Amino acid sequence: MERAKETRDVLVEVCDLAKYYGPIRAVDGISFEVRRGDVLGFLGPNGAGKTTAMKMITGFLEPDRGAVRVAGFDVASQGLESRRRIGYLPENAPAYGEMTVGGFLEFIAEVRSLPDSERSVRSAVEKTGLEDVVHQTIETLSKGYKRRVGLAQALIHDPEVLILDEPTDGLDPNQKAVVHELIARLAADKAIILSTHILDEVEAICTRTMIISEGQILEDSTPAELMRRAPRHNVIRLRLAAHLALDSVAGLRQRLSEQPWCVGVDAPAEAVLEIRPRDGGNYLQQTLDLVRGTELDGIELLEGRLNDLFRELTKGVAA
Amino acid sequence: MSALTDRMGQRFAGTRAVFRREFRSYFASPMGYIFIVIFLVASGFLTLSRDFGRFLELRQADLDPFFTYIPWLFVILVPAVAMRLWAEERKTGSVELLLTLPVTLEGAYLGKFLAGWCFLGFSLVLTWPVVFQVARLGDPDWGVIFSGYLACLLVAAAFLAVGMLFSALTRNQVVAFILGVSASVVFLILGLPQSLEAIGRLAGGYFEEVAASLSLVDHFETLTRGLLELKSLLFFILFTVSWLAGGMLTLRETKAD
Repeated sequence: MERAKETRDVLVEVCDLAKYYGPIRAVDGISFEVRRGDVLGFLGPNGAGKTTAMKMITGFLEPDRGAVRVAGFDVASQGLESRRRIGYLPENAPAYGEMTVGGFLEFIAEVRSLPDSERSVRSAVEKTGLEDVVHQTIETLSKGYKRRVGLAQALIHDPEVLILDEPTDGLDPNQKAVVHELIARLAADKAIILSTHILDEVEAICTRTMIISEGQILEDSTPAELMRRAPRHNVIRLRLAAHLALDSVAGLRQRLSEQPWCVGVDAPAEAVLEIRPRDGGNYLQQTLDLVRGTELDGIELLEGRLNDLFRELTKGVAA
Repeated sequence: MSALTDRMGQRFAGTRAVFRREFRSYFASPMGYIFIVIFLVASGFLTLSRDFGRFLELRQADLDPFFTYIPWLFVILVPAVAMRLWAEERKTGSVELLLTLPVTLEGAYLGKFLAGWCFLGFSLVLTWPVVFQVARLGDPDWGVIFSGYLACLLVAAAFLAVGMLFSALTRNQVVAFILGVSASVVFLILGLPQSLEAIGRLAGGYFEEVAASLSLVDHFETLTRGLLELKSLLFFILFTVSWLAGGMLTLRETKAD
């Protein structure tokens, strides 16, 4: 009871976790917590250490330093208990190809000693939309279906912690949307950690984003906060009327650049001006006041892209 | 006692489920059936052939012509059963899935071993027509037949444990097979008079005795003669357990490579 009280919210605790392969620092002393209701997205270039970190959290890899606790259980010394509470989808969703989908899920249910395995299998099949292929051998399935089989085995025991290594890799846009909805539905009472290369996915489903590079955490924040810090966040794009005289465009540019909240004004294309605001602030109203009377084809407030921040932070690291 | 049982249960968690899955998998692909056919045809040929067992010519109510060639068949066939057990898991990545389930490495390893062993035992059961034929020829010593089959099971376990270690060592099934056959052959030929003589000449009498005591053939023949000697039984048990323990340590190091 006491244990449940202590760990009510924090379901994954990672403390100074490190893994080295010779001189390569795959994971270099990372620490973080994941709480119930969190959907944490690991972002990073290839070889950043995302998968290695996930393998250590699940207990597959032993760390060279540090500790992981899952639902209050130490992964190193209470491995069975912690693994009972984790649903894990490894990279590429490996499974036993010669087995049928149903047979494979029954095997997972048996390993997990589920009391009503038939119901658990049925529920996992329904959640992941595998009804049509349940009697088919896994090796004959498409990549998308194989990924869904991997998701089904990770969900079969309704775990407190879900760890998904690239869960939508190989899925078509419709299937991706289904997985996103599924994760969003599951998120309320679970801690979910997922890794992805798809930045839109982070924006769509993650409540928290961690950018990892060279085994270290570079950023740990909400996607909205990260977007606020994206290089082009709140940039105002003005589309000027094509027939405007060059000197009036130059005058407007001059007026805008003299404003104290303006860092600079770019002209990326003919009759287009982009105003970079100081500290990413929203100066749309001030801009509108300044351009009053000038003929415009359009005005746009850019949200900024996670992509740009990601590229800026991981610059120089092979993607 | 209960605490010990609990600890053993924890140590070997998942053995039963892994055993069931693996045993079924032998019959889910043509590989299992191909193995059984090759084993039955080869053992039948070696038993009946005029150049080898001469079972029909001898017309004796014993299974000596059959048992004699079993280790030589198993030295090739058992590594073929063992080679996929871990190499395939590591190649496809399913080892990561398996070992992140509530299964211990020891439990998974033992489950796979028992499945392979039961499959080999099942193949041996299918040789019942030879026993039937012996019973027709006369009044066989059933004790000798029992200990002969026990010897076959023990030699199968020994070679399987050897093969599994090499399957845990490499992701390549062919390499695992070649290494498994090579190591098994060494333990098989160690007891041959020519080998012992060569070892005695090169390394001295002490090493000759050590080599003789490590020979699978000697202990196998002791059992097939109907002598259920504790020394021979312990030899097979210790040999198998040592290779299994070595295999578990190997897998612990190589699983994530």
